[in-house]
Amino acid sequence: MRKFFPIVLVSLTGLIFLIRLLYLQVIDRSYEALSRNNAVSIKYDYPQRGYIFDRDGNLLVANQPSYDVMAIPREIKEFDTIELASLLNITKEKLIERLDKARIYSPRLRSVIIPQLTQDEFALLKEKMRKYKGFYIQKRSLRDYKVNHSASVLGYISEVTQSEVKESSYYKLGDLTGRSGVEKQYESLLRGVKGVNYVQKDRFNREIGPYKNGIYDTLSVKGKDITLTLDQELQAYGEKLMQNKHGGIVAIEPKSGELLSVVTAPFYDPDLLVGRKRSGNYTKLYYDSINKPLLNRGLQAMYPPGSPFKALTGLVALEEGVTDINTKESCSHGFRYGRNAKMGCHAHASPLALTPALANSCNAYFAKTYKRIIEKYPTAHKGMDVWYNHLSSFGLGNYLGNDLPVGQPGRIPDGDYYDKWYPNTRWAATYTLSNAIGQGEILATPIQMANFTAAIANRGYYYTPHILKAIDGEPIKDEKFTQKKKTSISKEHFEPIVEGMHQVYTSGTAKYLQIPNIEICGKTGTAENFTRIDGKRTQLTDHSLFVAFAPKDDPKIAIAVIVENGYWGSRYAGRIASLMIEKYLKGKITRKDMEQWILSHSLEEEYLKPYSGEEFKINQ
Amino acid sequence: MGKSFLPDWFTIFLYLILVLFGWVNIYSASLNDAATGFFDMNQIYGKQALWIGLSLVLIVIMLSLEAKFYYRFSSIIYLVSLLSLLGLFIFGKTISGATSWYSFGSFSLQPSEFAKAATALALAKYLSDIQINIKSFKNQLSAFLIIILPALIIIPQPDPGSALVYLAFFFPLYREGLSGLYLILGFSLLFIFVFTLAVGSLWVSVGVLAIALLILFFNRKKKRKHISRYVFLGGLAILFSLSVNYIFENVFEQRHRDRFNLVLGKEVDSKGIGYNTDQSEIAIGSGGLWGKGWTKGTQTKGGFVPEQHTDYIFSTVGEEWGFVGSATLTLLFVILIIRLIVLAERQKNQFSRIYGYSVAGILFIHFAINVAMVIGIFPTVGIPLPFFSYGGSSLWGFTVLLFIFIRLDAARQEI
Repeated sequence: MRKFFPIVLVSLTGLIFLIRLLYLQVIDRSYEALSRNNAVSIKYDYPQRGYIFDRDGNLLVANQPSYDVMAIPREIKEFDTIELASLLNITKEKLIERLDKARIYSPRLRSVIIPQLTQDEFALLKEKMRKYKGFYIQKRSLRDYKVNHSASVLGYISEVTQSEVKESSYYKLGDLTGRSGVEKQYESLLRGVKGVNYVQKDRFNREIGPYKNGIYDTLSVKGKDITLTLDQELQAYGEKLMQNKHGGIVAIEPKSGELLSVVTAPFYDPDLLVGRKRSGNYTKLYYDSINKPLLNRGLQAMYPPGSPFKALTGLVALEEGVTDINTKESCSHGFRYGRNAKMGCHAHASPLALTPALANSCNAYFAKTYKRIIEKYPTAHKGMDVWYNHLSSFGLGNYLGNDLPVGQPGRIPDGDYYDKWYPNTRWAATYTLSNAIGQGEILATPIQMANFTAAIANRGYYYTPHILKAIDGEPIKDEKFTQKKKTSISKEHFEPIVEGMHQVYTSGTAKYLQIPNIEICGKTGTAENFTRIDGKRTQLTDHSLFVAFAPKDDPKIAIAVIVENGYWGSRYAGRIASLMIEKYLKGKITRKDMEQWILSHSLEEEYLKPYSGEEFKINQ
Repeated sequence: MGKSFLPDWFTIFLYLILVLFGWVNIYSASLNDAATGFFDMNQIYGKQALWIGLSLVLIVIMLSLEAKFYYRFSSIIYLVSLLSLLGLFIFGKTISGATSWYSFGSFSLQPSEFAKAATALALAKYLSDIQINIKSFKNQLSAFLIIILPALIIIPQPDPGSALVYLAFFFPLYREGLSGLYLILGFSLLFIFVFTLAVGSLWVSVGVLAIALLILFFNRKKKRKHISRYVFLGGLAILFSLSVNYIFENVFEQRHRDRFNLVLGKEVDSKGIGYNTDQSEIAIGSGGLWGKGWTKGTQTKGGFVPEQHTDYIFSTVGEEWGFVGSATLTLLFVILIIRLIVLAERQKNQFSRIYGYSVAGILFIHFAINVAMVIGIFPTVGIPLPFFSYGGSSLWGFTVLLFIFIRLDAARQEI
């Protein structure tokens, strides 16, 4: 026994060590990562984010240097928190809170304590930096906006969230990413690829050279410069015209589908969302529930398209052969289609054929024509489906597939839609008659309206609207945007409609909006709209709508303008569309009085009405 | 050296492997940009090569001396050793906080490394005396004195690690018949000590009472009359637990408390006191099965493990040679120690046997404490890994210790 006890003790000790070593070295693999973090620190080399240009090569978005204050919590020595907090322009509590958060994230790794100091803010801190052990400065680049418009289209960048870091293999805490608009859509082009440098360190955290002589290091790749289809002058002018109004403008080059202008109002200066002021400003914008400036009305707001939609009803009718350009319909201040049902209309000559009916925006004509389309088929259900198919070929009723990260599908009802509405009734065309004139169940976004206008301008086809024109000077080749999309309407049916829209200017509702020397086609619209006030459906002043394209026979611009609660079509939207077209085609405005009228008229009072809590009158 | 000179080549072979493998790792752990060659004397590995060369000279001297020389001069060697330790208080040179060195120009010597061999000789001589009976309490006390004297001089230098090594002499004492009760007592105290720190006096007391009741229950019939003895022992255990608490909180310094708390998992601080252990664990753990390869260890190269070429050399092995390397090294030590015990058992005279067990014990304690510390299951105690860690004194001390025994074993037919 006494001889064996020491041998047993030695053997047992050896066994315990072997088990512990087996655990440390073979079973528990976490030490590998610890060792990497420890001995090798990873430094990122952030590339310049790509520049953004407009279609004419004007620089819209560039970069400016900014400085992140970073810290490695375990290296922090005692320091004067009050002094540092005041240098960083935050409270002492905030600083301590940030440091605690960083420590929880990792005591070994760098965390951003205060992101995005500007050059001036950094200058104050620079000299004193060495007093704060464990703190580092990381140079980054922030956006530098060369223009003060187009914020919602250009988008902004901000730091990635914890959950994004978890999901992505590319982003690390503190990285910036595109958050909306073009910045979000083309993040992968703009950001470039950050370089990774592995640096060998000793235990005093001194860098002792590249890890494994840099064989794992990668160079950063500069972000790609992108050229947008936007015309920055038109864009700026659009925002100028839309001041004090709510609504959207979308202008498309019909021959290419390029978005010349995407304006939403109210708008804000893109510079508000740069750097440290971003979060405060964003919160303000986010909580502005009356103006909703973060909503891109050009892309996201769905409106009943109103009278411009009559052009499409006419096209479908011609294609379906339920009418021809000579068939006249009578109108007696409207169309009585049931014992107590009548769609009203304004005073105009009667009866009218298609072209003058469109020019005069006759409700009765298009209601009757619509009824024929639906009733051509054995059931209203089938008729609605045919109707739906024609309209969806214009990009209505579903997402357009454009290259901006927000959008709405709009709404075009089909047979099933009404089956759900009238589950126990045999519904008929007359139940859905409002659709004929772009009211009823139909909804469309401004970009969809601009797009169908472009399709009419092209006499039967369109290109999916897009905002990216070129990458590093190379025109895009994405077939999604370069391939023609044909509508279901034959080319020859478009002329009478185009002529009707032309007459809107020459003799119709937009007679006073003509542009000298430009043959322009358009259609006014006035859309009834409702809101809920204290749960009660309340009608508000009509939206003012306008779609137009010009020149008539060689269209270079198709535009849709919506001014919320702007009353009738030509009042606001028509004027704005006319000015925008002139601006684009001529580069200058000849009708200064019209411009002045728009600039001097505000609808702010109109927008406050539903929030006033008082009785109010509409359509004044 | 006549016909009877038969050194144990197997042990010598193990010794050479350990020393050379040690140097290979010291080379890696101390490699830096200024290195010019394997034997650059400005570099730690160059110096170690010199110490290895000189220990070969020492070996020749140790083996040339008559076996009887060690027996006859053991008391004198012991006294000289004690004096050299005492002399440190006057002439000692302080290196990294401990006044454990004599300095001769650029060259330093640590007498405590040699005191172990001297103590082993003195103990062997004392216990092998025909008139000494280990079972007698008086003789036990004298033996304890021989062992504890150098330790008592070393502790205040301060070098508690080197003092701890004197626990190794439990090996020969136990082999020579020291009551197993000391062992049980020692372990009991150790358990109470550790558990008191880990869970507190209250639970230890509960545990002690529970054990006492269990013993009482099973021995109901036989030993009822010993009840008072159990009560006494139980009370003693609880008292000890309480005193541990008191000592820990009031006598220990914070750094000592920290070391214990760390191993007990009470505090986790990779930057402060736990840094060494933490870094060493990371180094070993990141080695994986096959290791990162010689001189390829990032932890080693980055100098993350403090004292890596001395006390933490095992972590270099773990990182660069992986589990395969560290397990092999562990086995080499186990085999060496068991070999020494087997050699000790085959000695015909008591002096050689006791000395042999002492050598095995000392190597075992060094190996056990050092590796346990490096792999994070024992508090940080600064003692070197025999034959492996950098340092002339340490290498020479172990060489002398081992080769005296090899000389004695070779002469086992003579005495």
